[in-house]
Amino acid sequence: MAEDKPKPKVKKKAVPMPKQKPEVRRHNFNEVALGYTEEQAIEEANRCLQCPKPQCVPGCPVEIDIPAFIKLIREGRFDEAVKKIKEKNSLPAICGRVCPQEEQCQMNCVLGKVGDPVNIGRLERFVADWERQRGVTVPEKAPPTGKKVAIIGAGPAGLTAAADLAKLGHEVVIFEALHLPGGVLVYGIPEFRLPKSIVQAEVDYIKKLGVKLRLGYLIGRIHTIPELLKKEGFDAVFIGTGAGLPQFLGVPGENLGGIYSANEFLIRVNLMKSYAFPVYDTPIRIGKHVAVIGGGNVAMDSARSALRLGAEEVCIVYRRSREEMPARKEEIENAEEEGIICKFLANPTRFIGDEKGWVKQMECICMELGPPDESGRRRPVPIKGSEFIMNVDTVIVAIGRTPNPIIQRTTEGLAVTKWGTIVVDENGKTSLEGVYAGGDIVTGEATVISAMGAGKKAARAIHQYLMNKK
Amino acid sequence: MYEIVAKKELAPKIKLFEVKASDIAGKAQPGQFIILILGEKGERIPLTIAGYDRKKGTITFVFNEVGKTTKQLGLLKEGDSVANITGPLGNPSEIRNFGNVLCIGGGVMIAPMLLQVKALREAGNTVTTIIGARIKDLLFFEEEMKALSHKFYVATDDGSKGYKGLGFLKELIEEDKFDRCIAMGPVVMMKTVCEITKPFGIPTIVTLTPIMVDGMGMCGVCRVTVGGKMKFACVDGPEFDGHLVDFDGLINRQRMFLPEERLSSLLWEKLGGCGCGGR
Repeated sequence: MAEDKPKPKVKKKAVPMPKQKPEVRRHNFNEVALGYTEEQAIEEANRCLQCPKPQCVPGCPVEIDIPAFIKLIREGRFDEAVKKIKEKNSLPAICGRVCPQEEQCQMNCVLGKVGDPVNIGRLERFVADWERQRGVTVPEKAPPTGKKVAIIGAGPAGLTAAADLAKLGHEVVIFEALHLPGGVLVYGIPEFRLPKSIVQAEVDYIKKLGVKLRLGYLIGRIHTIPELLKKEGFDAVFIGTGAGLPQFLGVPGENLGGIYSANEFLIRVNLMKSYAFPVYDTPIRIGKHVAVIGGGNVAMDSARSALRLGAEEVCIVYRRSREEMPARKEEIENAEEEGIICKFLANPTRFIGDEKGWVKQMECICMELGPPDESGRRRPVPIKGSEFIMNVDTVIVAIGRTPNPIIQRTTEGLAVTKWGTIVVDENGKTSLEGVYAGGDIVTGEATVISAMGAGKKAARAIHQYLMNKK
Repeated sequence: MYEIVAKKELAPKIKLFEVKASDIAGKAQPGQFIILILGEKGERIPLTIAGYDRKKGTITFVFNEVGKTTKQLGLLKEGDSVANITGPLGNPSEIRNFGNVLCIGGGVMIAPMLLQVKALREAGNTVTTIIGARIKDLLFFEEEMKALSHKFYVATDDGSKGYKGLGFLKELIEEDKFDRCIAMGPVVMMKTVCEITKPFGIPTIVTLTPIMVDGMGMCGVCRVTVGGKMKFACVDGPEFDGHLVDFDGLINRQRMFLPEERLSSLLWEKLGGCGCGGR
C-alpha cells in the first residue's frame, strides 16, 4: 500500500568540508579548506534531489548543468562529471573555491528550505581537483578560422574568453600587464583561499589550447587598441582589464609609513610572495597591531594574511554592522575562527604618526545606521563627538577598487561611464567595431564568476562577428 | 626574455645597459620608465628610460648598484637576459619650445636628462645644463652633455669638481632669464632646486622616483601629495610641478623599507650571491 512505502529520507545536513584547524592555519599560507574525499563527494552528491525543474541552474552565471554533473558524481563517473562542467566553465577548480555559491546556485536549492542546500561548490571543486591530479585532457578544437583575437588582461574574464575563442578555432593572444597571468586570481586572492598552483594549472590548460601569452604588455602604453586592429593584424579585441585601482579614505595622515592599500598589501603578499621574504625579494612589514578598514572579501583576505604574517592582533574596522558586511559569510566565519576581531560601526578620521613618520595611532568616529542609501544598505552616519583612538602600527585600507583607466584614456571613441567603466551592449560589444569588453571593467568590482560569465558571452559575440565579417 | 646587447660602466657602481625590447623601443618617449624583474623570486623595480633606438629595437637604462636587485643586475653580461621588462610606463615629458630652459641632472638621473636635453634641443630650446654628483668620480656623460648644451656647469657635493653644492644656482638664475627648469635626481637635490626657483617663479618640473611595485596604478605605494592632493607617481606622473610637491612626505615614504632592503642585500652578499663566495 502507498502509505507503507518508505519515503526517501532527505539528509538535512551537508557533508562538512574538512579544514585546517584555526590554531594551525593562522600560522601558514596553505589552503584552509582541504576538499572532499571521493566518499564524501558521493555522499554529498546523494543528497541532491535531481529536481525535474532544477532551480540551481538559473542561479549559475554560466548555466552549468548542475544536476547532471552531480548525478555523474553519484555514479562515481568523475571524469564525465568534470567534462559536463567544462562544457560551460573552463575554470572549475577556481570557481569551486571562490564563487559565492550561497548567493547563486545554492541559494535556489530546494533542500535549502528544510536544511543545508547541496554543496554544489564543493562538488565542483572535488571533480576539478580529481581531474587535475590525473592530468587534464585538452578538448577537440575547431579547425583554424584564420582570425586573430587580442585579449587584454589575463584575469578571469580574459582567460575564459581566450579559452572559448581558441576552442572555436581562432588564433588568440592574451596581453597581460603584469609579469604573471591570472589577474586578481594571482595578485588579489591569497594562497590559503586559492593556491597559485591551481591558477597556473588553469593557465597551462589555456596554453594547451594554443593561446599565446604576452606578459608585461600594458595595452594603451605599448600598443593601443586601434594599433592592435590596424597594425598588429587582429580582427577583434576583448578588454578584460578589471578593477585594480585602489581607493583611499582621503583622511589626514594616510601617506604615513605602515599604511597600505589592500591592493599593495595583497600584491606584495600574493603576486610577489613577500611572505617568503627574503627568499623572495619583495619586502613587507607587518607590525603587532593591525587594523583593516572595510567589510568585503578583500578586507577578510587582508586581515587573514596579516595574521599569517605574524601580527599579534588584527582588527577589522567596518563602518556599518555585521548584517551589511559584503564579505562572504563563510569568509567572515573563517576569519573570526582564526581570531580576527571585528569592530563595527566605526570609521577612521585621521592617522597619527611617530617621529619616524610611521603610523602609531588611528582616530575613529562611531557610526549609527540611518535610512537605506542607493545600494539598499543602511547608510552609516557619524555620531558627533564619539571619536576614539586605536593604537595601530599597520593599517590596510580595503574600501574598494575602481576600474583601471589606461585603456579608456588611450582609446579614442570608446564610450565610458562617469565611473570609468566601459559601456557595452547585452553581448559585451563596446562603441567601437570589433571591440568587446567584460568583467569588472564593465560592471565595477564584482565576482570572479560574473567576470567569467561576461567573458563567455563576449566570446560568443566575437565568434559571431568574426564569422560574419568578410 | 630581454637580451642585453651592450653594457658599459659609466662610473663606479653606475652601469648602462642597452637591451633588446623592440615593442618598448617603438613606443618609448622621454620621461617614461620601465619596470624590470630579474626572475621568479625577483622584485619589480622602476628605472627611467635613458634612450631608445627604434630601428635597432633597443632601449637604454642606467642604474646605480645600491640594493640586491641592482647589484644582481650589474653582474649580468652582454648576451645575458632579463626575465621581464614592462613599459613604457608613465606619462611622457612635455617637450616643446619653451625658450630658455635650465636642466639639472643629478646622480644616476644624469642619463635620462641627456635624453631630455636632446629632445629639448630638437624642439628649438636654448638649454643650460648642470650635472651633479656626490663626488667627481661619480660624474658621467660630461662630454655628451656639454656638446648638446648652450651653457654647461658641473657641481659636486664635496666640491671635488665644478661648483660645491647648488648654491651658485641663485646667481645663475639672476643673471639669465629662464622660462622653465627641469630637475631629475635625488629627492633632496630636487627639493633644493625647487626652493631656489620658486621665488623667481620659474616653472620647475621634477621627476619623482618613489617606491613602486606594479608601476601601473594598482598598488598606490608611490602616492605623493602634490598641491594638497594624493597623486600616484606611476600613472599621474612621474613628472610633476616641483613647487607643489610635498618632498618631505616623499622622503619619508622612500625610507619605508630601508631595513628590509639592507637585510636583503646583506644576506645576498653573505651567501655569496655577488660572486665573492661569501668572503
